[in-house]
Amino acid sequence: MSSTSGPVLYDVAGPDEKKRERRISIVLGVVLVALAGGLIALFARNGVFDDRWRVLVDVPPNFAGFETMHVWQAIFRGLGNTLLAAVIALPLAALLAVVLVSLRASPFLPVRWLVMAITEVFRGLPVVLVMFFGILVLPGATPLIAVVFGLVLYNAAVFAEILRAGIAALPKGQTEAAESLGMRPFLIYRDIQLPQAVRMMLPSLIAQGVVLVKDSSLGYIVGYAELLRSVSRVSDALTNAQYLLPLLTVGAAVYIALNISLSRVAVWVQRRSSFARKAPTRITEAPPLP
Amino acid sequence: MDTFLIERDMLWTAFSTTLTLAAISGAISLVLGTLIAALRVSPYAPLRALATAYTEFLRNTPLTIVFFFYVFVTPSMGFTFDYKVAAVIALSCYTSAFVAEAVRSGINSVTVGQAEAARSLGMSFSQNLSIVVLPQAFRTAIPPLISVFIALVKNTSVAGAFGVFELFALSKRLTNVYSADVIAILVGVALCYLLLCIPLGQLAGHLERKVAFAR
Repeated sequence: MSSTSGPVLYDVAGPDEKKRERRISIVLGVVLVALAGGLIALFARNGVFDDRWRVLVDVPPNFAGFETMHVWQAIFRGLGNTLLAAVIALPLAALLAVVLVSLRASPFLPVRWLVMAITEVFRGLPVVLVMFFGILVLPGATPLIAVVFGLVLYNAAVFAEILRAGIAALPKGQTEAAESLGMRPFLIYRDIQLPQAVRMMLPSLIAQGVVLVKDSSLGYIVGYAELLRSVSRVSDALTNAQYLLPLLTVGAAVYIALNISLSRVAVWVQRRSSFARKAPTRITEAPPLP
Repeated sequence: MDTFLIERDMLWTAFSTTLTLAAISGAISLVLGTLIAALRVSPYAPLRALATAYTEFLRNTPLTIVFFFYVFVTPSMGFTFDYKVAAVIALSCYTSAFVAEAVRSGINSVTVGQAEAARSLGMSFSQNLSIVVLPQAFRTAIPPLISVFIALVKNTSVAGAFGVFELFALSKRLTNVYSADVIAILVGVALCYLLLCIPLGQLAGHLERKVAFAR
């Protein structure tokens, strides 16, 4: 699908047009490089490239007694905490989603309503607010528990929506065949619908996993010692806000590397599954959500 | 719930700040995102590369980091923004990447024959895109775009942690002052968000069905 989007909008270029296109491309490239250069020059004048970057390789002497090792320890401890929250929350959210979707097949109308209400409500709430609720209301909640609480409730609701869409997209014959074999609704859900829905929606599920990893950084707001929090603690300890830039650059780079590799996994899974077998129904790929 | 009656002015200020943040950032990111999507399908490689780098970079960075950058880091680089301005910039940058992806998937869904017919009429790339493809692309892109805006409304809550007084900041302040009334306050603020998000979600679902029929 995406491979057809480019060349369709304009003619495949002949030799002259190709030359012209190349000339324009080179000019545009030069303009972009010049703009980037101007920005870098402006940054340089504002001192962005001064010795603040030393904090990453050779920390200047300071009253806090911080050495380079400590800085990197703080970065990796923060990262570890971020990932810890994500790693705990992910399976819990998946489990809760499977339970929620199974209750949607319940013969009792009130149960179905309740499940629908739960998914609608938690999809419509900001994750930070749920985390904040966790930290204020849950008895004995540590910041980690609050972060996991928020991540699990929100993502379970979203996972449940994705799975529901997957089940709805299955051909009716699957359920009918199972019914004609005398399977009970729960068994149909567990053995027929869920496995196929998970398989079909795996790319969307992984994309939502990326969102979960990103959202774990919201822990900063509820006082969880994740990446941003530990980075800002380092710059506080060194009493120099200039160090925030190099530290944050490292943090952002790690997030981007992590998430891009997760997205690559999603693409790979999708390609593999579409080669291996024809899914009964094709779901057009939904664009990612913030 | 008495707290909200006592503090109704504050509630209104916070609610309208959330709305304003979402509306302004939504408008900016819609324009910016469409532009980025157009660059991404353009014939010129440097522009495509720029747009791809922009979307990949912002899609994979947590919003909290974007906020942190504009609020705490830019002052040390010689630029200082007002909290609200920083919030609008951060939200617009972040959201525009997702708008670009939604519009691009809309462009991909327009059948090939449309663009080919436009080309055979001798239309240039920009005519083709602006007169033929984009109007159709937007139609398919509207439900995902609404989902992006729902996410934007919820994401404004991050601004509350970076100096802007909106609904999330309101919940922090009120729970601090009226500590006996914590649950009611949080539920009230949650209702404010649901008041905005659930109707938007219903609208998206409705339009999705309509678009599906029309094709």
